[in-house]
Amino acid sequence: MLKLNQVHTAIGGLQIIQNVSLEIGKGEFVALLGSNGAGKTTLFRTIAGVLKPHAGSVTFEGVPIDRLPVHKIVERGLVLCPQGRQLFPELSVQKNLLLGAYPIRGEKKRIQKNLDRVYALFPILRERINQKAGTFSGGEQQMLAIGRALMSEPKMLLLDEPSVGLAPLIVKLIADVISNINQEMDTTVFLSEQNANMALNITQRGYVLESGRCVLDGDCQHLKTDEKVRKAYIGA
Amino acid sequence: MITKPIHTRLMYLALFIAALLLPLYVPDDYIFQIVIMSVLYAIATSAMNLIIGFTGQASLAHGAFFGIGAYGVAILTKAGISFWVALPVSALIAALVGVLVGIPALRTRGHYFAIVTLCFGVIMWILAGNWIELTGGHNGIFGIPQPTPVRLPWLGEIEFFSQTAQYYLALGFLLLTLFGLHRLIFSVFGLTFMAIRNNEPLADAVGINTFTTKLIAFVSANFIAALAGGLYASMIGAVSPSAASHMLTFNFLIFVILGGIATLSGAVIGAFAIPIIMEFLQFLGDYRMLFFGALLVVVIIFFPQGLVGGLRRLNQRIAVWRQNKVSE
Repeated sequence: MLKLNQVHTAIGGLQIIQNVSLEIGKGEFVALLGSNGAGKTTLFRTIAGVLKPHAGSVTFEGVPIDRLPVHKIVERGLVLCPQGRQLFPELSVQKNLLLGAYPIRGEKKRIQKNLDRVYALFPILRERINQKAGTFSGGEQQMLAIGRALMSEPKMLLLDEPSVGLAPLIVKLIADVISNINQEMDTTVFLSEQNANMALNITQRGYVLESGRCVLDGDCQHLKTDEKVRKAYIGA
Repeated sequence: MITKPIHTRLMYLALFIAALLLPLYVPDDYIFQIVIMSVLYAIATSAMNLIIGFTGQASLAHGAFFGIGAYGVAILTKAGISFWVALPVSALIAALVGVLVGIPALRTRGHYFAIVTLCFGVIMWILAGNWIELTGGHNGIFGIPQPTPVRLPWLGEIEFFSQTAQYYLALGFLLLTLFGLHRLIFSVFGLTFMAIRNNEPLADAVGINTFTTKLIAFVSANFIAALAGGLYASMIGAVSPSAASHMLTFNFLIFVILGGIATLSGAVIGAFAIPIIMEFLQFLGDYRMLFFGALLVVVIIFFPQGLVGGLRRLNQRIAVWRQNKVSE
């Protein structure tokens, strides 16, 4: 479904992503692990089209997307939920969600169906329909950010560090919801995490990024027992 | 969708009736003229609010586009073209210039966009003062014909020579502008303007074509500003470079900020209240500006949403107080 072939990305002349190749199939649930500054966010931004790779190619469902503008990529069903609970702080919950449905604007029935689906996933959002998003707690903001990303029924969702800075209980809840999105909604999910423990428990396989290079990949059972991963990311 | 409380609706209705009946109780021609100017400024300020308030792009070229409309109507009507053709043509020229300026300017963000548009505004002002063959230089253009009468079915011929008729013409345009902006801002497309103001990178990630959306907001604002400028030229009968100057931009900006940024009513309230306050402070001469500077600072610190924001806060307090009273 998504294929990266020898992708290189630089920001301001500085090489951040070096020679990354990976492939994710339809319906898969894959983790991207790496410490701070490993290049996880840059890689996601490259896939989503916010940054353009200076070498290599990104293809989505067989179509090269590395030269497309972001909104064209979103229309194809590849949606990034950016790091740091990005919201429209002055707009209400409802309006934040409606903006998530921008690629399918005009299809009222579908939007209503998706809205109901998001409210079913996160009942707390329904209680706060008219509250401004900026007044939310961290966990609620993350729920809204994920809900918004689901509003356009993406075929593939890129989740950039959804657990960062959240209480363990909330992380558990978010992890459950993400698994649910993958299994029951049949959405392919690519999850970037520093919290390797959480990520490896819910995903099927993973890639490990270090200084912009893909140093390791394999299924989760294998990664969990890998000495390097244990030392660097799980701390055991 | 939250519907407005009934007393707000009643207030709007009362304001509408007061505006319709204004010629009956306006004290003298001088005040009447100020009111007519305020209506025109309200049109231009509402348009500026679209790009600055709702979309969050600080365009400081607004006066220049007002000027393009004013000079456009002046030059075209002096050449014998009907006002009713000259007005839309001038506005379309302003929109076209808006596209040409917007495409490079909107690639910059934040302060840089403000600087680029301010430069364009100053250039247009210099151009208006020095391209003597076209604009008459610093003397400007005199003897611009007033809007020509129109013949409407059933109503017969309507003339625009009296102040009252010109007032209704301007008011009609203001209502049309507000209606159009209201429809736009409360649509899904209008939501994208606010999304860009709130978080532009996220708006991008959500799938909004942010550049095109900003360009549409910019060009629409310029089109409406030029309409206001065209009406201005025709009603005053003369234009000079001051009608295209950056000082005009800053006046509009003050109207928006004091009235209430990113609120439809704020721009109108600002455009009416401030010229009238200015009139009352006439005796202070140039020291009026000192007073205004202080007022602006106070408003920005304590009422970042201007007069309308202040009223809304008051409204909320009253609602809370009422609720407490009921629960007691």
